[in-house]
Amino acid sequence: MSGQPAQTPAPYVSPGPQTTAFEVLERTTSAFSFYGVLARFVQWLERSGRTLVIALPFLWLGLFFLAPFLIVLKLSFSETVLAVPPYAPLVAWLEENGLSYLTVRLNLSNYLLLFEDSLYVRAFLNSLRISAVATFLTLCVALPLANAMSRAPERWRALLLMMVILPFWTSFLIRVYAWIGILKPEGILNAVLIGLGVISEPLTILNTDIAVYIGIVYSYLPFMVLPIYASFEKMDPSLIEAAVDLGSPPIKAFWTITVRIALPGIIAGCLLVFIPAAGEFVIPDLLGGSETLMIGRTLWLEFFNNRDWPLASAVAIVLLAALTVPIVLFQRHQARRGGTDGAS
Amino acid sequence: MTAPDLPAALAPDARLPAEPWNDPKATPLIKIRNVIKRFDGFVAVDDVWLDIYKGEFFSLLGPSGCGKTTLLRLLAGFEQPTSGTIEIDGVDMADVPPHRRPVNMMFQSYALFPHMTVEQNVGFGLKQEHVPRREISRRVGEMLELVQLADLGRRRPHQLSGGQKQRVALARALIKRPKLLLLDEPLGALDRRLREQTQFELVNIQETLGLTFIIVTHDQDEAMTVSTRIAIMDRGRTVQVGTPGEIYEYPNSLYVAGFVGDVNVFEGRVVEAGKDHVTVRSPESGCDIYTDRGIDAVPGQEAYAAIRPEKIEIGKAPPADARFNCVTGRVFDIAYLGSLSTYHVRLATGEVVKVSAANRSRLVERPITWEDQVWLWWPPSASVVLLS
Repeated sequence: MSGQPAQTPAPYVSPGPQTTAFEVLERTTSAFSFYGVLARFVQWLERSGRTLVIALPFLWLGLFFLAPFLIVLKLSFSETVLAVPPYAPLVAWLEENGLSYLTVRLNLSNYLLLFEDSLYVRAFLNSLRISAVATFLTLCVALPLANAMSRAPERWRALLLMMVILPFWTSFLIRVYAWIGILKPEGILNAVLIGLGVISEPLTILNTDIAVYIGIVYSYLPFMVLPIYASFEKMDPSLIEAAVDLGSPPIKAFWTITVRIALPGIIAGCLLVFIPAAGEFVIPDLLGGSETLMIGRTLWLEFFNNRDWPLASAVAIVLLAALTVPIVLFQRHQARRGGTDGAS
Repeated sequence: MTAPDLPAALAPDARLPAEPWNDPKATPLIKIRNVIKRFDGFVAVDDVWLDIYKGEFFSLLGPSGCGKTTLLRLLAGFEQPTSGTIEIDGVDMADVPPHRRPVNMMFQSYALFPHMTVEQNVGFGLKQEHVPRREISRRVGEMLELVQLADLGRRRPHQLSGGQKQRVALARALIKRPKLLLLDEPLGALDRRLREQTQFELVNIQETLGLTFIIVTHDQDEAMTVSTRIAIMDRGRTVQVGTPGEIYEYPNSLYVAGFVGDVNVFEGRVVEAGKDHVTVRSPESGCDIYTDRGIDAVPGQEAYAAIRPEKIEIGKAPPADARFNCVTGRVFDIAYLGSLSTYHVRLATGEVVKVSAANRSRLVERPITWEDQVWLWWPPSASVVLLS
């Protein structure tokens, strides 16, 4: 729309109500002209630029987290049918006795089955157990590693950090596969141990829980090391000296001062390992045995082998709920501490 | 290591507290013997020999990188000497780890534990000794009283000001009543006014508790104010050890003279040296400098006469006896400091001499001003002749 009439100057402008009417006209028409629209848009952008910046991540989360989550949630309440896709719609238009109904059928049997069938309960508990043990083992490896890294001469630290991150540059799947070659009965580990005379019979490690632990510790170690290293590295080294100076043996000072102050980093590292490890599918599938029951694997079997999408969705929802609890607890803990972490 | 022939003014006086370093029978609390500390390829502490006595407030003074902090860390046990021994109260510290030493340290960064309250920070040392909780809280209360922080016990370090943090760090280091307290630049982070006030408090606390303090500082005023004795350090070595008075009045080298206070130095040659006097002829000053304190030198030897600015008289008329210790020049700069004015006088030889004089009269009545021809003179006791 062109603003031509508004831009032609009025030949005669008299004071009074006519002028007002003209001004109103001018304002309204110019508002629809190209520049008017543009100016208004820029003005709006200036006013709500901040809102826009904040809205962007929300939009992203809404699109790629909330929407899929709602789809899965919906799926978990539907019924399995032999069709494509293999589930019945939740909302249906029903005509009965000449009356029309909009029906919403929430099928709770998927959830009930999860708690009734001991297989799923065991799979859940087993996942949490394996994940917890693996997280603890990862912490045991990561703490001394991060401590050594943070105390290394400064010129080495970048290199050490690089060495921790470097494995990420190779495919996760290939790295887990490589462990099969190491752990299998005629693999590298057994060959070395037999060669050294430590054992005479090959150890059965592959296809046991131990192999799964090894796989998780190896794969998730960087997620644990990096946050812990970050909190160790920014700590004033004189804090530990002060503790030792006041009579605390160095080992005790490490636990009561260094670890205590780095606790937020340690908890973050534990969550970063525990949460993905609990839903882990590849590692138990490749390294675990047939009796290594983990929920990620169960979910995969339900989805692909049984084509029971609703049940698989219910498993996913319950897993999500179970894993949200530690995060909420962590955030509560952080909020309670208030900003006291700032090492000063 | 005290000056060989102590002048009467500095000799032990009945009015002054005992000076154990002048008593040959006194046993030092700390014996540092030929201590050397090398970090790969670089000598941080170079053959230091020091005796420090109980009740002293001893300063290690020097520019940054002179090894004073390393010496402190050797005493605390955070570093091990490459060679030499350190004895504290008769016990060789070679095999004693830092957490077993009867020594506590106050860190330059204060190193307060951020996750503990002020009370927990102060009580930390006692908790390590498994002192009963009731006893801990009583002694923490006393200590917080002493450093005037009694009502801040429940705060955390990030809620404290710099001065308050400094006091918490001091209280924490003092609570175990260590035989020796090490203070690494304890007042470095405070502003000037607070620093001056805290200096006196430190001395009071030290005297009240009867402890031995060793303080590391690069601030000569601070060292002069608080110390019983000062060790001036340069490149890992102790250059001179003495009371603030000895260091200031009888520096043993140009380095010490220049490090502590302001000084005018005239380069010249010894004309005559006796047991109780030295005459130095300095082309820079244009006059002979006569000093009433003898040194071991031969005529013709290169020497430096050092004179403090406040010991020089300034006047517009020549003094009665202008044969010795008298120069003339023009005022080219005046630094007005309120209580003092420092006159920068350029001699005919181009040499600039600094003279400071108390402003007894008001500035408007100032008798000496820019471009005035002035005479400068000083008594034989004002100068010191140095050979290096």
